[in-house]
Amino acid sequence: MKAASALSVEGLSVEFRTRSGIVRALDNVSFAVEKGETIALVGESGSGKSVTAYAVMGILDPAGKVTAGRATLDGLDLLAATQSQLADVRGRKIAMIFQNPRTALNPIRTVGRQIADVLIRHGNVSRHDAPEKAIDMLRAVGITDPSRRAGAYPFEMSGGMCQRVMIAIALAAKPTLLIADEPTTGLDVTTQAVIMDLVNDLAREMGMGTIFITHDLALAGQRSSRIVVMHAGHVVENAPTAELFAHPRHPYTAELIAATPDSAANLDELASIPGSLPDLRRTDLPPCRYSERCPRKIDACVQPLPHPAPNAVHFVACWNPLPAGTVSVPTESAA
Amino acid sequence: MTVLLDVADVSKRFSVGSALGPWARLKRRFSGGPEQLPKVYAVDDVSFVIGKGETVGLVGESGCGKSTLVRALTRLIDVSDGTIKLGDRDLSRKAARVFARDRDRARIQMVFQDAGESVNPRFTGFDAIADPLRRLRKLRGRALTERVETVATQCGLPLQLLTRYPHQLSGGQRARVGIARAIAVEPELLVLDEPTAALDVSVQVVILQLLQRLKKEIGMSYLFVSHDLSVVRLLCDRVLVMYLGKIVESGPAKDVFENPLHPYTQALVAAVPRLHDDGVERLRLDGEPRSPIDPDPNVCRFYGRCPRGTDLCKTTMPMLRHFGARQAACHFAEDYLAKPKTTT
Repeated sequence: MKAASALSVEGLSVEFRTRSGIVRALDNVSFAVEKGETIALVGESGSGKSVTAYAVMGILDPAGKVTAGRATLDGLDLLAATQSQLADVRGRKIAMIFQNPRTALNPIRTVGRQIADVLIRHGNVSRHDAPEKAIDMLRAVGITDPSRRAGAYPFEMSGGMCQRVMIAIALAAKPTLLIADEPTTGLDVTTQAVIMDLVNDLAREMGMGTIFITHDLALAGQRSSRIVVMHAGHVVENAPTAELFAHPRHPYTAELIAATPDSAANLDELASIPGSLPDLRRTDLPPCRYSERCPRKIDACVQPLPHPAPNAVHFVACWNPLPAGTVSVPTESAA
Repeated sequence: MTVLLDVADVSKRFSVGSALGPWARLKRRFSGGPEQLPKVYAVDDVSFVIGKGETVGLVGESGCGKSTLVRALTRLIDVSDGTIKLGDRDLSRKAARVFARDRDRARIQMVFQDAGESVNPRFTGFDAIADPLRRLRKLRGRALTERVETVATQCGLPLQLLTRYPHQLSGGQRARVGIARAIAVEPELLVLDEPTAALDVSVQVVILQLLQRLKKEIGMSYLFVSHDLSVVRLLCDRVLVMYLGKIVESGPAKDVFENPLHPYTQALVAAVPRLHDDGVERLRLDGEPRSPIDPDPNVCRFYGRCPRGTDLCKTTMPMLRHFGARQAACHFAEDYLAKPKTTT
């Protein structure tokens, strides 16, 4: 199935050097995105969702280092590519939508100019045609009165409009892979629904693979066909969306679902997840980074984790997973 | 139900264009420009009550006036019109500046969105919680220490964390500090402005359960401001829906979410992502909200974005009308009410 993959990430490990020790932010992360498919990376803050995206884009902080792994996009290993190769790929083949559109956009350039810049650099559009094409892009992302708005600066627009502009910039050169890092955090639910519709529709139209990073499990469920659950830099579970919600197999996934407000009829039914993420600077991290919070821990948990297979239909990194095909909701709650 | 807070016809208008210098304003006046500056109707003629021990949710999109309303209620800003009665006393008469030293200041307290931003970064957890006690209860020494430790324990904050600064605490611990300092002076009404917005779901659950427990223990009323409807549904008895400065719908949380009477509420409910998607066709809102600057008093605020919008909506502003325990401001609310769901 490799041929159809828009992106395949295998064994990605990332470390950050900090004053207080080395943070093992990602360890052996593997997953794949098919063309035209939307997958969601889900996890709590600090689980490594964004670091994964940054590593693939080659925009990690200078303190971060990829220590192992491959990320293959159209036969090119992005992690081994040179800066000039990457500069060509970014924008043309991979594009990214960032969390806060107002800070990600250039505040002193009109939005029309910013879209035109991408078109000139990556879209084979001449300087002369670019402004007009930029207006077309604004129209495609549903901005009313695009020719007037093209001359506006980001501060003159609402959060939802700025996010539309970001999407226009990301999609200007028709990339094969779109990474959306919490694209609707900070937007209203009504705007969120419209923006996510837009991303989904455009992705389907262009046959792009989409990696959708979010902490909102319900939103991920609604918008993606496959969910990759991350915890403390590990992929703990990777399964088709419906399957994951019906039969979560990793204890962490099950607890995450039980903690989502939508899943309960009243507050007492909601289960919290005991404990917190382990300190990733520790040198004695157990092979399973969830084992210290896990209610299903057994003796076998000290072995190295099962090796993630990017093409498995339902992958779970656990030695004592919940049985397949039974709905299980932990009822444990902390005071 | 005893009424704790009675808000009647409250409006808050801000002048825009006061950024013009005095000279420009004079010139404007003498060149025959309008006498008054244009105004943003941030909160427009809002009335509601909160009962003793009740949890009321306030929802609406950003820019709809939620925060302005809350700041007016907690007397951080002055209102343009209307009264805010806490028990028998009208609080709106007193200027916000003097209210900080009022004897009733302790009766309404607020929990802000992220304690990491709202607590003085140079205060330790102890100082943050002790500050309102020093100012409003005049506690000192042993009595102060004891009270701080009592509330910290009540909020599930380990005492050894009290010596830490906000940046040394995790998100959940910071939220606990924010709650502890608000309840330290034993308020009757606690206003919570998106207290869990910055938290992960696993931590959010713990904080919500803490809030529910505290309410039972202390017997406070809550005004819970949030844009997360699934959280409001779990925590609140009653809910107020705001749109562009007006309350467009109110009623028992369960009824409002199951059978919304106002098209805006319908769109809001439809936009909430569901874990188990039922595949129902979703209502989408197109376009931007109308301008809140000097709005036409005869046009429904939702007109233009409303999928229903008729000529009547363009010429007559719908008033809030009662439907049993519920209220809705739509000319066509009856139609939506006409298909009641059997409650399960």
